[in-house]
Amino acid sequence: MKLFGFRGGVHPEALKQHTADHPISTLPLPAALYLPLQQHVGEPAEPEVSPGDYVYKGQLLARSQGQISAPVHAPSSGTVVAIDEFPAPHPSGLPVKTVILETDGKDHWSPAWTTPTDPWSLRPEEIAREVGLAGVVGMGGATFPSAVKLGQSLQYPIHNLIINGSECEPYLSCDDRLMRERAPQLIDGIRLTAHALQAKQATVAIEDNKPEAFAAMSAAAKGINQLNVIRVPSRYPMGWDKQLIRIITGREVPVGARSASIGVCVHNVGTVYAIQQALCAGTPLLSRVITVAGGAIAKPQNLEVPVGTLVSEVIKYCGGLNEEPARLVMGGPMMGQIVPHTGVPLVKGSSGVLALTAREVDDGPERPCIRCRRCVEACPVGLMPVEMAARLRADDIDGAVDYGVQDCIGCSCCSYVCPAKIPLVQYFNYARGVLDCRQTATRKAQQTREMALARQQRLASQQAARDARKAAKTEDKAKNNTKNNIKNTRPASKNPDRPASGDDAGTQHKGAAANIIATDSRVTDIPLQSEQLS
Amino acid sequence: MITAVTLLTLIGTLLGLGLGAVNRYLPVKEDPLRESLSALLPGTQCGQCGYAGCRQAAEALAEGTASVNLCPPGGPLLVQQLGSILGREEDSSDAGSRTPVLAWVNPDLCTGCTKCLRECPTDALVGAAKQLHVVLDDACTGCGACTDVCPTEGISMQEVPLTLTNWHWPNPQHQDSGPPKQGAV
Amino acid sequence: MKISIPQAAPHVRNPGRVPSLMTTVLIALSPITLFAVYQFGWPALNLIGLCLLSALLFEILCLYSTGKPLDTYILDGSGMLTALLLALSLPPHAPWWIAICGSGFAIIVGKHVYGGIGQNPFNPAMLARVALLLSFPVEMTHWTQAAPLLSTAAPSFIEGLQITFQSSTAFDGLTAATTLGQLKTDLSQGLPLQQLTEQYFQPLDSSLGLTAGSLGETSSLLIAIGGLYLLRQRIFSWRLPTSFLGSLLLLSTTAWILAPEIYASPLFHLTSGGVMLAAFFIVTDPVTSPCTRRGQLLFGTGCGALTFVIRTWGGYPEGVAFAVLLMNAMTPLIDHYVRPRRYGRSRTGTPIKRPLWRRIREFFYTQPKSPSSGSDK
Repeated sequence: MKLFGFRGGVHPEALKQHTADHPISTLPLPAALYLPLQQHVGEPAEPEVSPGDYVYKGQLLARSQGQISAPVHAPSSGTVVAIDEFPAPHPSGLPVKTVILETDGKDHWSPAWTTPTDPWSLRPEEIAREVGLAGVVGMGGATFPSAVKLGQSLQYPIHNLIINGSECEPYLSCDDRLMRERAPQLIDGIRLTAHALQAKQATVAIEDNKPEAFAAMSAAAKGINQLNVIRVPSRYPMGWDKQLIRIITGREVPVGARSASIGVCVHNVGTVYAIQQALCAGTPLLSRVITVAGGAIAKPQNLEVPVGTLVSEVIKYCGGLNEEPARLVMGGPMMGQIVPHTGVPLVKGSSGVLALTAREVDDGPERPCIRCRRCVEACPVGLMPVEMAARLRADDIDGAVDYGVQDCIGCSCCSYVCPAKIPLVQYFNYARGVLDCRQTATRKAQQTREMALARQQRLASQQAARDARKAAKTEDKAKNNTKNNIKNTRPASKNPDRPASGDDAGTQHKGAAANIIATDSRVTDIPLQSEQLS
Repeated sequence: MITAVTLLTLIGTLLGLGLGAVNRYLPVKEDPLRESLSALLPGTQCGQCGYAGCRQAAEALAEGTASVNLCPPGGPLLVQQLGSILGREEDSSDAGSRTPVLAWVNPDLCTGCTKCLRECPTDALVGAAKQLHVVLDDACTGCGACTDVCPTEGISMQEVPLTLTNWHWPNPQHQDSGPPKQGAV
Repeated sequence: MKISIPQAAPHVRNPGRVPSLMTTVLIALSPITLFAVYQFGWPALNLIGLCLLSALLFEILCLYSTGKPLDTYILDGSGMLTALLLALSLPPHAPWWIAICGSGFAIIVGKHVYGGIGQNPFNPAMLARVALLLSFPVEMTHWTQAAPLLSTAAPSFIEGLQITFQSSTAFDGLTAATTLGQLKTDLSQGLPLQQLTEQYFQPLDSSLGLTAGSLGETSSLLIAIGGLYLLRQRIFSWRLPTSFLGSLLLLSTTAWILAPEIYASPLFHLTSGGVMLAAFFIVTDPVTSPCTRRGQLLFGTGCGALTFVIRTWGGYPEGVAFAVLLMNAMTPLIDHYVRPRRYGRSRTGTPIKRPLWRRIREFFYTQPKSPSSGSDK
């Protein structure tokens, strides 16, 4: 198959040999599992259980809320100990709401649980729904709820389903092992996904440094129409979905649009496997395959671990640490996130645990930029990291935006090649973080401004109503007075000159009451407004 | 001599015409600075800046009589934005130290007097008479108007806690330690 | 284990470092440096040594006065590189103070005034060379015939010291004009060019470096070898030297074909003076040249064109240094306007348009289904 050209990229040393040749082993069930309620992009899940509840394996722990969200299930049977704040697998180490599950080691499925009868008879939207209920998210690290992506066929005609088996990150080999060992399941998953998307054809892209995986997938795909397994060059970031689209279709996804808008959908092999498990075995996303590697790990290997396992458990199973690691990373070394300590759980999107030694990190002292433009050459997006960093160094975020920092995908190619060891990606992360905060603040300011305006208008109209009532009252009084003065005669004309001090006091009193009533009515109004806000 | 005079006249005429054309076809909007400033301000008319409303504050800013960090509800972001528009970066130096705040009702002290409800410019406080009042975080601008009227001092301004959603990477240039900075002393 | 400061990805790095880049360039310069010493003898060695030593001292002075850490910056090799490039562009018998003034100007005014390494808008070596040329035209255009080291015509060690430090004329070196200078002088006297070039321009000698000229600018061949080594090491892209030499070649060929009696041959242009040194070591200076591919082509082309223009119609016989400085001044502008196209955007930055047929198809696309979503409400 003819491949199209692409821009940028780097060739980091693959370093997959330590793990790629060992079969996937299964981690023994840990005594406790820590399941964050937000393991995906979008709204956090809403807990369905309370502390003290006994839950079966596969039972729903938290349901998704909102359009873009994913539920969380119990990876094993046991008792919910607490639903509390627990350190998230995140560079900041900040806490996130987490269901803490004490396992009983029995791994009981719910008595009501049955395997699905025939996944092949499902209609596309039923597949999307099932996948959504199973809590499947993008397993390549993006953690975007897969059901949302599957539902896109409702809006766009999908032409090509691309299965991302490139696994371009160094060290990681979990997708490689998955393709080698579970190719038939993957092919089923691909066919079901293609059916859900009503895709005309499917393409499995595997980097050419994984010949065994390519052979296994080709063999399993033999005889299936419109399913191509292709080799793509080994060059980071081949696994960037938009890069794959550019290479395979020769087209680019317009900025701000989804890839479905050009008729392409990209899914990771891990995701496809989870989809297959959800549809054919009826298993929600309970476990995933991860790579445990890095110079500080005694026995690097690929492991199938339940979601919610602590990093420390995994490291212990892999023989512990040889030496104090310089960095503990969740995910790959290029795009993975540093984690503050080993007491954080693995989540659905964690593709690996790396304990990297200082020698591997090779992070020399930062030097001034000499504008060697290697970053410009390496950037797959076509940005000029050198110029953006120069502006961000002076906190000139708008200047960096002018150079397109908001288009940065954080692939780390620029930092990787930088001979001055400048933390370019952190500069861009910082800029994007500030931009996000700005956007949130601007949106909030806009909303509060509208609310303030609405309040002012309401107060003004109340005042107007009060004035009108007062005017009416004055008129009334005037009439009465006239009546009193001129008994049994016809109504007199208005008397505007008459002082109305006593009336004023009365209206004021009434006004205050009206205000309180208005306050009360406002109380009922407010929840509506706050709903609009959220 | 005549050539020079003619030439200069010609140049002058042409330039004058050019200026006229620019003035005619590329008009500058009426005081864009004041407009953009008042667009940035929260518009809640909370009056904490000491001006009657946000428009008056914008005018004072434009005239240069007000400091860019006059608006507590705007937070550090507003200080930065105002500073960059007005070119008064030096005033915004302490912006980083000020974190955004939100009002918080102490349930032990609230008597349900509804005084704060009337004061809040964005209707962010909800509740009824003789019932506990609650702050809607999404609507609260942190202006602090409610704290002044509370008879029991039951409303205080709390810093917005750092969570996964509002955390972002620090600028490596200002990170306290770590790799040596460019041009570090 | 506790890591307090979050560090962003990547968690592995390419082994390349700034000092090693500089070292590679110094290695690439070594053949031409050795050849210069061989060809011009002790005075050349004195000049190179003086330049390097004084540059080191000036560098220490600047770093100390700006409070930058000496250990990090002094060994990054950038100052050495500047000094060597400057030394290679000096006349072989230049006096000692030329070398010191030059390296002082290059390091202080050319580099540290702007904030040190990476911040200078102009190539420091070229800046110093131009400053010297304008300030001391006599000393900077006093060329000597090459006299290989240890040959009978070569100055001895003592004579070398005298040449450099006492500006002694005791040594009876053969003064000679550079080919470019000769050409300029003779052309101005109205002599026919054809005859002149035959008289003193031998392409082979000129490429091998057996002519008069600056220390390191004589042997085009050795410079090209060093440059190709750098190209192979991916220190710079082919675009800068190619566009520079290409535009010079194109312009000189055109002029030569049109009027061979007035304009020198393209071969003459390419092999004489500082063109080759500039093409591989000056124009390719990353700090002062644009970042993007198209920007580099533009920059190189501009340098080549300006070199040709200054050489042909300017007052100075050699125009490379001026051309490079002028284009250095253009670099920020080029970097501002010439940017790569970003993914999913057109050159102007607007989102690219989807094909029309797809939009039409979408318009008619309906899949009659319930609006299912990821939520399990």
